[in-house]
Amino acid sequence: MPDTDALGTIQPRAPIRQRVLWTVAGFGTLAAAAVLLAPLAGSTRIHLGTAFDRSIPYADNVDAQIFFVARLPRVLAAALVGSALALSGVVFQALLRNPLASPDTLGISAGASLGAMAAITFHIEFSMLGLSSVTIASFAGWLGALVIVSGLSMARRRGSSAVVLLLGGVTVHLLLSAVIAFVQYLADFTETFRNVRWLMGSLDVASYSPIVAALVPMAIAWAGFATLPRVLDLISVGSESAAARGVNVERTERIALVSASLATGAAVSLAGPVSFVGIVVPHMVRLLVGADHRLVVPASALFGAAYLIACDLIARTIIAPLELPVGIITAIIGGPVFLWLLFRRA
Amino acid sequence: MAALSTRVTLAILVVLGLGYGIPKTVRLKADTTDTSATPKAVRVKADATYASAAHGVAAQELPRRIVSLVPATTEMLFAMGAGPRIVGVSNYDRFPPEVARIAKVGGLLDPDVETLLSLKPDLVIVYDTQADLKRQLERAQVPIYHYLHRGLPDIMETMRALGARIGAKPAADAAATRIEQQLAAVGRRVAGRSRPSTLLVFGREQGTIRRVHASGGYGFLHDVLELAGGTDVLNDLHKQSVEMSTEMILTRKPEVILELHYGNSLKPAAMDAERLVWNGLPSLPAVKNKRVYLLAGDEFVVPGPRIVVAAERFARTLHPEAF
Repeated sequence: MPDTDALGTIQPRAPIRQRVLWTVAGFGTLAAAAVLLAPLAGSTRIHLGTAFDRSIPYADNVDAQIFFVARLPRVLAAALVGSALALSGVVFQALLRNPLASPDTLGISAGASLGAMAAITFHIEFSMLGLSSVTIASFAGWLGALVIVSGLSMARRRGSSAVVLLLGGVTVHLLLSAVIAFVQYLADFTETFRNVRWLMGSLDVASYSPIVAALVPMAIAWAGFATLPRVLDLISVGSESAAARGVNVERTERIALVSASLATGAAVSLAGPVSFVGIVVPHMVRLLVGADHRLVVPASALFGAAYLIACDLIARTIIAPLELPVGIITAIIGGPVFLWLLFRRA
Repeated sequence: MAALSTRVTLAILVVLGLGYGIPKTVRLKADTTDTSATPKAVRVKADATYASAAHGVAAQELPRRIVSLVPATTEMLFAMGAGPRIVGVSNYDRFPPEVARIAKVGGLLDPDVETLLSLKPDLVIVYDTQADLKRQLERAQVPIYHYLHRGLPDIMETMRALGARIGAKPAADAAATRIEQQLAAVGRRVAGRSRPSTLLVFGREQGTIRRVHASGGYGFLHDVLELAGGTDVLNDLHKQSVEMSTEMILTRKPEVILELHYGNSLKPAAMDAERLVWNGLPSLPAVKNKRVYLLAGDEFVVPGPRIVVAAERFARTLHPEAF
């Protein structure tokens, strides 16, 4: 496969260090542009001069509140969630050696949803550090799911294959989904309405505390991801051949699993389930930069961020003053683009 | 699960009296004291369906074993003195207290049809959007009564039509007229006063200003708000329930925020904490002028006779000086 840069133009094969540099620069520019430009647009027109005017008291400055409370946290949340889901997708697909794997596959996001559903249905009412009980409970939910899934990965030590982890994880996902259905069944109608709304996902976080809370597990996840690119290439081919080349397979898989789970859980707690990004963005990126994880990992993180920011911008402006759930846009825009990328080469 | 979620949402909205997906044909407004006049534009289907000639004969007689699958119609039946004829109600029925002794037959979405049929009802009241249930009951040759609500006047219209159907017309007419008079009295109290632009919040995520949904330009709670001397800040949006972004809330600048809480879901201490959450948007006139109110009660979700209570509570909150 010829190497391509972000724009899809064919490049002569350059040393990997240089290609990483160009990929990061290209996708980094895209992500930075998205972060800087997206807060400027919205359903209403605001004056940046007014928004940044310190002489107007903040309590009276509507433009400043729109910029700093309604838009900026939202764009930052989209960046974090988009990159976390795309990265988790890359890692799960390599780890499970399955192109259909996504952040939802192993039940982590179902755990996060279950926590939120339980908090809403059973009226677990408290707030801490500016976080709602729903957000805190969904944190607890995915941490619980992570414990179960980690337990499954222990079984790998006894020589079981990636398929076993995949099947086990899918089973955990289905099991938790059944518990979600049960909790929803117990809910009365106003609670059920709120449950349904939560499951549609929303990036409109309206403050910075949920973002800060999500940053803690995400930072740990990034540290884990940083160790992975080189070994993921070997792991994704097969654990035996990876081991033959001196990779500590068990340790690498543990790091990959925990990092991707932390990123997924944090993302779902922050925004609720957002479909498509975690499964298709990694494939889009592979079609653009090739399969080398040293390129795919940073490119997915940056492209996932830019992609979700752009989709959210469309979601909140296309039928202004109303808005669409962002998950609708991610799939409607991304689906055809991905199909085009896929069949362009065929 | 997506399909389930959609169905569940539909059921909730139906029970709430919100009714997404109902054709947008007429728009009802009851913003003045003129509620005593019979509204022209009501869409109430009062025709009971009889499945067979054999049952048609039986249906000529007055129904004596009624199952009401909607809390609003249960309350209407009690208000017209037909409470003793009810043999089954939905799991969501809480009022009047007598319903505690009546058999529960599930929700409007997931009725326990077996239990329902075992009660041998001679009339089942369902909401018009429940097509599957209506078909099922028709197959079982159970007479049904179905209706549709869009706005405040529909409540009285349904009461009168239901009363006529079950042979309690005089009592139903009297009860409906009494509600109209009481609503008109509330309207007179606030007439001529300034009408603050009001954000009527149906729900949001607790502890945050996320996932706020509020009353749009029609619906019975919208009508009640306008009757009680407020102006719905989302009047221009032709939706019963609007999901609002933070940006939209800031842009609309409501002078009053009325937030509804259903059942006894919130303790008084928590109510205070929830009110303070709105301080996150300090530029809102409602926040600046300390006009953010949380109201708790089931009367806000049941478009039945207790709508009078809801109207008076709205009016007292918006115009305390008028009482």
